[in-house]
Amino acid sequence: MRHLMSPLDLTVEELDSLLALANDIEHHPSKYAHACEGKKLATCFYEPSTRTRLSFEAAMLNLGGSVLGFASADSSSAAKGESVSDTIRVISCYADICAIRHPKEGAALVASSKSSIPVINAGDGGHQHPTQTLTDLLTIHSLKGRLDSLTIGLCGDLKFGRTVHSLIHALIRYPGIRFVLISPEELRVPSYIREDVLKKNGIPYQELERLEEAIPELDILYMTRVQKERFFNEEDYVRMKDYYILTKDKLSRAKEDMMVLHPLPRVNEISVEVDDDPRAVYFKQAQYGVYVRMALILTLLEWR
Amino acid sequence: MLNISGIQEGFVLDHIKAGMSMSIYKDLKLDRLDCQIAIIKNAKSNKMGKKDMIKVECPIDTLDLDILGFIDHNITVNIIKDNNIVEKKQLHLPEQVVNVIKCKNPRCITSIEQELDQIFILTDKEKEIYRCRYCDERRKKKRHLD
Repeated sequence: MRHLMSPLDLTVEELDSLLALANDIEHHPSKYAHACEGKKLATCFYEPSTRTRLSFEAAMLNLGGSVLGFASADSSSAAKGESVSDTIRVISCYADICAIRHPKEGAALVASSKSSIPVINAGDGGHQHPTQTLTDLLTIHSLKGRLDSLTIGLCGDLKFGRTVHSLIHALIRYPGIRFVLISPEELRVPSYIREDVLKKNGIPYQELERLEEAIPELDILYMTRVQKERFFNEEDYVRMKDYYILTKDKLSRAKEDMMVLHPLPRVNEISVEVDDDPRAVYFKQAQYGVYVRMALILTLLEWR
Repeated sequence: MLNISGIQEGFVLDHIKAGMSMSIYKDLKLDRLDCQIAIIKNAKSNKMGKKDMIKVECPIDTLDLDILGFIDHNITVNIIKDNNIVEKKQLHLPEQVVNVIKCKNPRCITSIEQELDQIFILTDKEKEIYRCRYCDERRKKKRHLD
C-alpha cells in the first residue's frame, strides 16, 4: 500500500504514468465513470478548504464512488481531543481511501503511519500540498506538451508559499528548467531552497524584484497569493499584499504562448481584466485538479 | 598530576571538548546510574590542549552511542575490562535520533500530539543537518543538547 505525502513520493516514471492516466480521463471521462463504484473516499478536513475538498469529492463522484467526511475540526472528534492517529484508525474502518488536511505540519504522515487505507496529504500547514503540485504539473504538461526546457517565473510570496516550494522540487527533476524568482526582499525563497535545492542541483535561477522586468522571457508565470494566515501581524500583511499585481498592461509584454497559473484563491494579485486573455489558464488549472485527483485515487487504490 | 583510580569494567569517554563534560553527563542521563563516575575537567591534552573525560564503572551497553555520536562524534569511547582498554569505539553521526531533541516548529504536529516520538533524520552528513521527520524543520547538530 502506498500513500502520498509529498510530490516526490512518486518517481518521474510513476508521475509520467499518473499524468498520462489523467490525460486519458480528461479525454474519455465515460470510460472511468464507474471505476470506483462501491468505493468510499473519506475527506478529513481539520481546517477550512473549499476547492481542495470539493475537488477531491468531485473526483471520487466522477469515478462512481461515494464520499464521507468532515469539513472542519469543530465538526470532528478532534474537538473532543482525539488524536490524528486514533481518528485515522477509525476512518480506516469506514472508507477505502482518505484525503486529509490539517493545520499542523506532518499530520498526514502521522495518519499514514497508523492507517490501513491509502492516505493522501491534502495539505499540512505550510509544509506540503502534493495534489496542488500534481495539478500544476498536469496543467503545464497538458497545455505546453512538456515538463522540460521551460523558463518558469514564480511570483509573489515565495517564502511561505508551499505550492511554490513543492513545484520547484518537482520540476528540477526535468532537464532544461530555469527559474525566475520574483518577490519582494521580505518574501524571497527560503535559503534552503536556494542553497540545498537550486544551487546544489545546478539549476539556473535569477532573483528579481520587478514582475515587468521578468515577464518577457517566461514560458510559465506562476502567481501566488500573499496569504494572510501565514503572517503573525496584520501590519506586515497589509504592507506587502499588493506588491505584485498582474495587469493587462504587464501581460502585454509576455510571449504569445506564455501561460499564467495560480493555485487559487486569488485575492487581487491578478486583475480580473486578465481573466479573458487566453494565456490565463488558472480556471482550467482547477479543472485539471479534478482529473489529476481522479488519476491519483485510481492509482492508489490499484496499488493497495 | 591528578590520579583517578582505574576501573575494573566500564568505559572512558575521552577527548571531550573542555567544558562539555557536565552537559554530556546530563544528556547521557549518567546521573541515573548507581555506579562510580569520575568527571575530569580541563585535563592536559597534546591533541586538544585541554579536554574533559568521563570514567564510568558499569557495562558499556548502558551507554547510548547514538546519542553520544549525535552530541559529538569526535569523542573517543574506550571500553575497559580488567583495567585494560579492550576496544576503542568509533562514533558516527546516527542516521536518526529518537526522542533526543525536540522539534521547535510551533506548526509541527508534535507540538500538539505529545505522545508522538520526536524523530530527526540525518539529511546532510557533510553539514551535519537533521530534519524533523514530520515537518522537515531543520536542526543543525549541536555539541550539546537542549
